[in-house]
Amino acid sequence: MELTFQQLVFYGFSTLLLLSALMVILSRNSVKAVMFLVLCFVATSGLWMLLQAEFLAVALVLVYVGAVMVLFLFVVMMLDIDIAARRHGFTKLLPLALLVAIAFLFILHWLVGDNHFGLEQMEAPSDHDASYSNIRELGKMLYTDYFYPFELAAVILLVAMVAAISLTFRGKRSRKSQDIDKQVRVTKADRLRVIKMESSSSSQQTDSKSDEESNENKDKEQDK
Amino acid sequence: MLEWFNELMWILLKIGFILLPLILAVAYTTYAERKVIGYMQLRMGPNRVGPKGWLQPFADVIKLATKEIVLPSGANKPMFLLGPILFIGPSLAAWAVIPFDAELVLADINAGLIYLLAMTSIGVYGIIIAGWASNSKYAFLGAMRSASQVVSYEIAMGFTLVGVLMCANSMNLGDIITQQSGSVLDWFFIPLFPLLVIFWISGVAETNRAPFDLPEGESEIVAGFHVEYAGTAFALFFLAEYANMILVSCLTAIMFFGGWLSPFQGIPYLDAMTSWIPGTFWLLLKAAFFLFGLLWLRATFPRFRYDQIMRLGWKVFIPVTIVWIVVLAAWIKLQWWPFNG
Repeated sequence: MELTFQQLVFYGFSTLLLLSALMVILSRNSVKAVMFLVLCFVATSGLWMLLQAEFLAVALVLVYVGAVMVLFLFVVMMLDIDIAARRHGFTKLLPLALLVAIAFLFILHWLVGDNHFGLEQMEAPSDHDASYSNIRELGKMLYTDYFYPFELAAVILLVAMVAAISLTFRGKRSRKSQDIDKQVRVTKADRLRVIKMESSSSSQQTDSKSDEESNENKDKEQDK
Repeated sequence: MLEWFNELMWILLKIGFILLPLILAVAYTTYAERKVIGYMQLRMGPNRVGPKGWLQPFADVIKLATKEIVLPSGANKPMFLLGPILFIGPSLAAWAVIPFDAELVLADINAGLIYLLAMTSIGVYGIIIAGWASNSKYAFLGAMRSASQVVSYEIAMGFTLVGVLMCANSMNLGDIITQQSGSVLDWFFIPLFPLLVIFWISGVAETNRAPFDLPEGESEIVAGFHVEYAGTAFALFFLAEYANMILVSCLTAIMFFGGWLSPFQGIPYLDAMTSWIPGTFWLLLKAAFFLFGLLWLRATFPRFRYDQIMRLGWKVFIPVTIVWIVVLAAWIKLQWWPFNG
């Protein structure tokens, strides 16, 4: 069978995706698991690129790999996970876990299998020509056909953001904090006071030795 | 089969044509940095190796390459070695979409702008992994600082690029440049001036350069995330940092200063007289100006304190960009704007 280049790329990324997804749950080190999850996203983005959805593919890398997973990694690195304790009860829960997994597999097959997404229900996507712009098409769809759901999603996100901030906000605490504007507005007159000092000796001294002496005298006066 | 192979070899050749000059440029940026900062501080800078110190970068490379790579005994070895690779990979990959002249670009993709943002944000994995795998508290602190800094400034940077996008009507870097053609007055730095300032400063913060070099703040955390690295592994971090600096300078030139467009465009006689100069020269000249600015910043400003960095990113830059995007949208919509909306 002759493999086209696209098929080769597809199978390459799919294999990578499946293997890295498997490693996410198999690796013992949680940081490694997160890194495999990142690899998962990158492989998915490669698959989306094959569908000529270049905007979605790069946005996936930008949002999930570039921001979400960084914060994820942040949290995971702070955790101190005891692997032995977590393995406790593995065999006891295995039958239940298998049951859930198999049920999930059937539901998934029913949902995204042939009866909903088969070739009879949806025809295979045709190749777009070179002038096709994924961003333009996506924008048109979002701001015309799906305008209300799109705005609704934005409002929900806003509500979630307000909720998250109000959860962490613990009222105004009295604490010492800097007011940067105040610091910037400071002038010389606020900080520095120039005091006119009378010289102890009346005559003007020119040589360095007597200068030093007069300095010492000034110091003494200040001490007083 | 042979067709793929030919195409693959052709692409690899082009990559080589971009990377070799880039690595040479990195080598001489390190030299320029030491010289420029030296003269700014009334010193000579490197002047021993070769005439006027011209061979200093090669001496540095040979020294680093012949050193032993020390693997700390407590380190997670595969991750420790993965760190520098993850850092340098994206910083080189970003160069794929940079247009050096009208037709001179490796990958002319529609989502070029967002691809660049993605690449600059992936680089932070190298730092985090390096800091974590070193199993050293200084390295870990540096990694944490870097992660939060990059994520914060990326938001402001993304918003400035939204402004560029609104003016150019395209995410393709080549289109962004051609939209600016006409004369110097058509370059985006005039309508987008606040965004230019924010983009450039965010760029300095994203590349972890002074005065935002908290991740490697030697006064408190020794050398930050790369404290445990030696030899070639350290050289990779160094190379990637300077490649990122050149990238940010090039991007500033492309987004706001017309990329490879000649500054004499639209001036009657001067334009015809200088039309033989290739666009690449103008791009590199503009980029060199901003690169010099980065060195100048380093010689001038002391390092920020951490809370000051966070305040600047979240409380100053992000609100300013959002306001400017709204202003820009109003201008374009009400047709007061010279750009077609």
